[in-house]
Amino acid sequence: MNKPLIEVTDLKKHFPIRKGLFGNTVGHVHAVDGVSFSINAGETLGLVGESGCGKSTVGRVVLRLIEPTSGSVKVEGREIVGIPRTELRPLRRQMQIVFQDPFSSLNPRIRVGDIVGEPLMVHGIGNKQERAERVAQLFNRVGLRPSQMSNYPHQFSGGQRQRISIARALALDPHFIIADEPVSALDVSIQAQVINLMMDLQRDMKLSYLFISHNLSVVEHISHRVAVMYLGRIVEYADKKTLFASPQHPYTEALLSAVPLPDPTLRRTKKRVEGDVPSPIKPPPGCHFHPRCPYAEARCKVEPPVLREIGPGHQVACHLR
Amino acid sequence: MAPVLEVSGLSTVFHTRRGLVRAVQDVSFTVNAGETLAIVGESGCGKTITALSLLRLVPMPPGEITSGSVKVDGTDLLKLSDAEMREMRGSKIAMIFQEPMTALNPLLTVGKQIQEMVVLHDKCSQEVARKRAVEMLHHVRIPEPERRSREYPHQLSGGMRQRAMIAMALACRPKVLVADEPTTALDVTIQAQILDLIGDLQREFGTAVVLITHDLGVVAETAKRVCVMYAGRKVEEAPVEEIFGRPLHPYMQGLMNSIPRVGSARGLDVAPDERLQEISGIVPPLNDLPPGCAFEPRCTRADARCKTQRPELEVKAPDHIAACWQA
Repeated sequence: MNKPLIEVTDLKKHFPIRKGLFGNTVGHVHAVDGVSFSINAGETLGLVGESGCGKSTVGRVVLRLIEPTSGSVKVEGREIVGIPRTELRPLRRQMQIVFQDPFSSLNPRIRVGDIVGEPLMVHGIGNKQERAERVAQLFNRVGLRPSQMSNYPHQFSGGQRQRISIARALALDPHFIIADEPVSALDVSIQAQVINLMMDLQRDMKLSYLFISHNLSVVEHISHRVAVMYLGRIVEYADKKTLFASPQHPYTEALLSAVPLPDPTLRRTKKRVEGDVPSPIKPPPGCHFHPRCPYAEARCKVEPPVLREIGPGHQVACHLR
Repeated sequence: MAPVLEVSGLSTVFHTRRGLVRAVQDVSFTVNAGETLAIVGESGCGKTITALSLLRLVPMPPGEITSGSVKVDGTDLLKLSDAEMREMRGSKIAMIFQEPMTALNPLLTVGKQIQEMVVLHDKCSQEVARKRAVEMLHHVRIPEPERRSREYPHQLSGGMRQRAMIAMALACRPKVLVADEPTTALDVTIQAQILDLIGDLQREFGTAVVLITHDLGVVAETAKRVCVMYAGRKVEEAPVEEIFGRPLHPYMQGLMNSIPRVGSARGLDVAPDERLQEISGIVPPLNDLPPGCAFEPRCTRADARCKTQRPELEVKAPDHIAACWQA
């Protein structure tokens, strides 16, 4: 088997909470608490979870937009945690990110052609003429007209802006794109356009995606493998079919059961979880999910379960499985 | 059974510098006691303005309700004076919003906010109203309601705030509850809790619910009837099983085909990795609608007539109406 493109091992990010006049650290938010996964070339890993589970932080730490507290991130076998910024820069060409909000992630005062061309300029690629040609090519690739290059972001709809963000991410021919809730701000009919575009690009350019989303149906559609996060930890990790057909972690089960299905003949008996997601500042001891888990036992309250293999490529962090 | 809410020919416009924006045009529907009608559509289809028009909460100016009637138990809300309308809000018709943080007063405890409304409408003493507030918080299953009633909105989680808002909306037992995307800002496990709660309270109080949403999953699980809106007009209406089983308007068909489904797990025959069907293009601007069918520029089945003549709503099957020349 070939080596994974991205290999993340025991990644942690703890944000200090500072209080008072001297900014003393009074605690930590355990946003990411020992996360490991790998992504192969041409593969999509879906990362799902509810707000505050740390999924967006994972995306940013993997790119070192935020410095990790500890752990390792290898890109094509090269460690990027701890290397100086100057060495990181050429590697950045291979990794790009598309954000959720197409309204705040594009500078409103810059023409969209320049937005898409900026990565080329930053990395000193080509002359002005060549860059303009490349941008026009990118516009065509994502389904925009090159004649729109001199327009400003506000002249585009949400779906078109997301296409601009994707074009910008593609400018440097990356191998790996992190998509953080890329379709969550879009209407359903527009969502389909962007998802189809992302899947076409993956096929044509052998891209790998880390697809971060809270929308399980979208994740099921686009991913090859899926990791479910809860309060900073991965609780279940499997290929798509296994995870959606036979979820093993009680949280995954609850999450799937909570998704409303667009079929009125299927008013199901539902497994509901009670309560809210606890604060990541003081996560519950033992298994983080135990206060909401219908099956929790005494052991779950004290001993944190480790992620272990229960079937080929299927990992679950639960004492009861 | 006579419907509790009867909306007929409702039209709302906005006078803007860019011309007249026809946000809602000639929308009619009825809802019976204890029933849920879902209004679905994408951003800009006029569903939220419809909701706001029902409670006369559209800012005027620039907005104006130009025609139609909104009858609750036979009383036309659009004919009432402002003072009479204030009496109706909360006691006969109430609304919950997408983002509870913007709808709750951050400077008052949640108990106080509910209490204030009860005093206003039921003309009871503060003490009776306070008890009623705590009772309502208990009703929406907020744990430790007595303590929570003394907390401020920022001290509650998103799901809890939405519960508090529901408690406030239902405190005076309104006949009609208008819920505008009540769970869109919430996580799925919390969304499921809130939808269950609205359903339970609706059965208990016999409230008629108008649910505004873009999520077809939520519609399928909660609504009895469905009204589809596009570019300010109702384009299709039918009972929920009928419309999901046999959508007639190309827009509704497109919407249903464009959503990926959590499917394989449930044994539904959804081919994995199948390409999603797109609806090409975007919603037309409401101040510059095409002369014929508003959906024509995006429709795969449109012909010459669709370009020039706007289709009216017609009965296409028993209890199923749609506005389309091709359906």
